[in-house]
Amino acid sequence: MNSEHSSPMIEVRGLHKSFGNNHVLRGIDEKIAHGEKVVVIGPSGSGKSTFLRCLNLLETPSEGQIFVEGEEITSPKCSVDAVRRKMGMVFQHFNLFPHLTIRRNITLAPTKLGLMGMDEANEKAEKLLARVGLSDKADAYPGSLSGGQKQRIAIVRSLAMNPDVMLFDEPTSALDPEMVGEVLDVMRELAADGMTMVVVTHEMGFAREVGTRVLFMDGGIVLEQNEPHAFFANPTQPRTIEFLSKVL
Amino acid sequence: MTFFSDILARFYRTLIVKDRWLLLLRGLRVTLIIAAVSLVIGVALGVIVAVVKVAHSQKPKSAALKILNAVCSVYINVIRGTPMVVQLMIMYFVVFASSSNGVAVAILAFGINSGAYVAEIMRAGILAVDRGQTEAGRSLGLSSFQTMKEIVLPQAIKNILPALCNEFITLLKETSVAGYIAVEDLTKAGDMIRYSTYDAFVPLVVVALIYLVMVLGLTKIVGIFERRLARSDNR
Repeated sequence: MNSEHSSPMIEVRGLHKSFGNNHVLRGIDEKIAHGEKVVVIGPSGSGKSTFLRCLNLLETPSEGQIFVEGEEITSPKCSVDAVRRKMGMVFQHFNLFPHLTIRRNITLAPTKLGLMGMDEANEKAEKLLARVGLSDKADAYPGSLSGGQKQRIAIVRSLAMNPDVMLFDEPTSALDPEMVGEVLDVMRELAADGMTMVVVTHEMGFAREVGTRVLFMDGGIVLEQNEPHAFFANPTQPRTIEFLSKVL
Repeated sequence: MTFFSDILARFYRTLIVKDRWLLLLRGLRVTLIIAAVSLVIGVALGVIVAVVKVAHSQKPKSAALKILNAVCSVYINVIRGTPMVVQLMIMYFVVFASSSNGVAVAILAFGINSGAYVAEIMRAGILAVDRGQTEAGRSLGLSSFQTMKEIVLPQAIKNILPALCNEFITLLKETSVAGYIAVEDLTKAGDMIRYSTYDAFVPLVVVALIYLVMVLGLTKIVGIFERRLARSDNR
């Protein structure tokens, strides 16, 4: 899955983002290849969530270009909706649709966008639910689920769209500690299946085990990056060392 | 004792003799028709205006939305800035001067008036839906329209329904000025009885009581609504 693509999955050139006078992203240049699992870590305020949210244009860059599978998504000619169908996003607060059953949460987008008929979508939903061990929740409503279950459903909901890349915005930060493991397990499986993933997280263990690259962000730029073992064993920047000493 | 029997006698003389209470019944019917149909018009207008305003706030750069939004703002400001009675009279004596159908003009005037207030109710209801819902919908690739229709609006309705019921209660009372354009609503019916019997007490108190009973009944229904909707919020 990794080698035959001519362009990277995601390419970011000179990305800047300001909210009013707050210059959050100060120049990011990155290439994310197919099959990579990029883990983004850093102190709060470093811009890591903003960076992730720019990738599917939930935030509009103030400057710079973003390419997804060779197509410039920051161009006014680009159809944002079409690009987002190829990218799955998992949120810190799950954002399941409370007025729909779990099954409908999963089948809504594929059916409304004409990608699948209802039967096909339902079948797919059942397969995905079985994969995360939540088949019995198909007709339940999100309100009756635990945080860990909700997040696993949220991941499955994005997968129903057959995305090429999955973005995770602190997927376990809002979970009780005993539920973090079940969500990380799903993400681990996804990674093993070859999915390209960009994960903003504080879970260093996950970064070490599953990541192909760790990006440390501070002050709106990527201060340092490396493959996980080298990164955690030999951080070079003082800020990185300081951060890691506090979280590890 | 004589005070009480005196009231009863006045009541009998004013309303029962010559079946004048039927006037009140007819007036009540007109009031309810005007209020109900105006609400429907108000909701229809309110939804359109609210959607325009919300769409404009999401896409501030769109020229088409800017124009539509400006039109909506003028509409809301004019309606909220002028008394209902004046709007009603302008509709009847100026805009539809050639028409003699007071009830139809009243329905239109109250409908347009209601729309401006309903728009704000709807807008507030839509904005109260968590932003993450829109983000999740858009991230799946659904368009703004699909996200609004399938995800946001169904949830907004929960917020909107109680406020909408209150708007209907307000509308019900406001229709009492329909008499200014010679529409025979409940209040005007009371007036007519007052003129012909020279008794102010009985018709006015009875009319007030009828409004009161209706409002209390509706308020009770709103309460049931609110409790039902709050129950489904138990996560």
